[in-house]
Amino acid sequence: MRLADKVALITGAASGMGKAAALLFASEGAAVAAIDIDEAAANEVAKEITNRGGKAFGMRADVSNPADAEKMVEETVKRFGKLNIIYNNAGIEGEANLTAKFSLEGFERVIGINLRGVWLGMKYAIPHMIKAGGGSIINTSSTAGLSGVRGGCAYAAAKHGVIGLTKTAALEYGRRNIRVNAICPGPIATPLLERIAAYQKSREVTVQSMGSNTPIGRPGAPEEIAKVALFLASDESSYANGGIFAIDGGQTAS
Amino acid sequence: MALLKDKVGLITGGGSGIGRATALIFAREGAKLVIADLNRKGGEETAAMIEKAGGQAINIECNVLKPGAAEDLVAQAVKRYGRLDCAFNNAGVAGDQARTADSTEECWDFVVGIDLKSVWLCMKYEIAQMLKQKSGAIVNTASIAGLGANPLGIAYSAAKHGVVGLTRTAAVEYAKIPIRINAVCPGVTETPMVEAGLARRPQMRAVFTKGHPMGRLGRPEEIGEAVAWLCSDAASFITGIPLPVDGGFTAI
Repeated sequence: MRLADKVALITGAASGMGKAAALLFASEGAAVAAIDIDEAAANEVAKEITNRGGKAFGMRADVSNPADAEKMVEETVKRFGKLNIIYNNAGIEGEANLTAKFSLEGFERVIGINLRGVWLGMKYAIPHMIKAGGGSIINTSSTAGLSGVRGGCAYAAAKHGVIGLTKTAALEYGRRNIRVNAICPGPIATPLLERIAAYQKSREVTVQSMGSNTPIGRPGAPEEIAKVALFLASDESSYANGGIFAIDGGQTAS
Repeated sequence: MALLKDKVGLITGGGSGIGRATALIFAREGAKLVIADLNRKGGEETAAMIEKAGGQAINIECNVLKPGAAEDLVAQAVKRYGRLDCAFNNAGVAGDQARTADSTEECWDFVVGIDLKSVWLCMKYEIAQMLKQKSGAIVNTASIAGLGANPLGIAYSAAKHGVVGLTRTAAVEYAKIPIRINAVCPGVTETPMVEAGLARRPQMRAVFTKGHPMGRLGRPEEIGEAVAWLCSDAASFITGIPLPVDGGFTAI
């Protein structure tokens, strides 16, 4: 069991990569706080874990709301006694508009959830990790954190920003034995990518076709990201800190 | 040969530091300028320095985060000079010095608002004007903190990385027009913003100095020269880059 006796909080845990990580972390022995804006779906994931004999609870939180972010961390510590791992994964795709046409509300919403939400998760988790003698923070960036993305100025700004957050916190807390790393997924077959494909004006664009543009020639599966998150969450990655891991089928190598 | 002859330039944060130094260089290179700053006195001084040197500049006191302000700023530039060729979205703040878990929401919203959202807002309206002209060049001020860690400044690091993301995205969106959009990433530069930070932590001067392989901090005009060049036709095939102007800081 690679996460025996560890407590992990995962945001965006009701679907896609977050759900895959919740199930995988639990199967490796972690007690999991499955956090999502969709409470019923978060509870379903928790139920799936407990049905298999694991430890989990589901909870609703809007990660961009400081009170919710604090509450999700406090509730996890209350239920499981400590916090070792936080996977700040919740994110939205936001509207698809060129920079000069992007809406003010849309910009605020994407930055609020995808960037501010990651910082808030770290902010409230770190004091508990210091108490626990260390911990691992995993933040979800994106290949859009490494390059531009047409029609997604706020998404790219937020995901680039997550890399800044990750590197900065990694330097600040390395000596406290808190490691902070980011994953930059390429096209992964998740509900989010399905929505992005559906936005495209051309009907030819599908999750499959978006994946076929990568050197590996297919979209990634959520489980392929979850396995990287598991490595970063576990002690196997004990010297990985401030790392930015592109898991993208080679997309950013081109 | 004047790099920016007869071009119209807009510079935010033009009342001090890198913005002022860049404004003077733009004017030296033949541009007509709109200087925008929160600080009316600083903006007036920059405009006066330009006029004294024989250039043209107007000063607009402006908080680009206020609803309608960025749109109005671009409209005023166009009203005065008829067009907008170059924009330098440079206004920025550093925020409090605190570790991630100790930094406040107020500081986060303040820094991300000015350093990230305002850059996007300015671009939004600058691009709208440049689309009408079918040409233009924009430079955004990111930072070495937009390329690497920035201990004790989580919001600044997030915002400046975000500026790099905005720059790359807008660059690919409008490359065919062409509107060129780049960023400069200054190292630690001798500006009032940096000096204010160093006044609180004087021991950091030696640390920063040593962090730059050239063994010194940058001068505002050294950033300005790079911005003027990026805005000029000399850089006609350059778009979407975060250009470090940092004495080698990010090379190590």
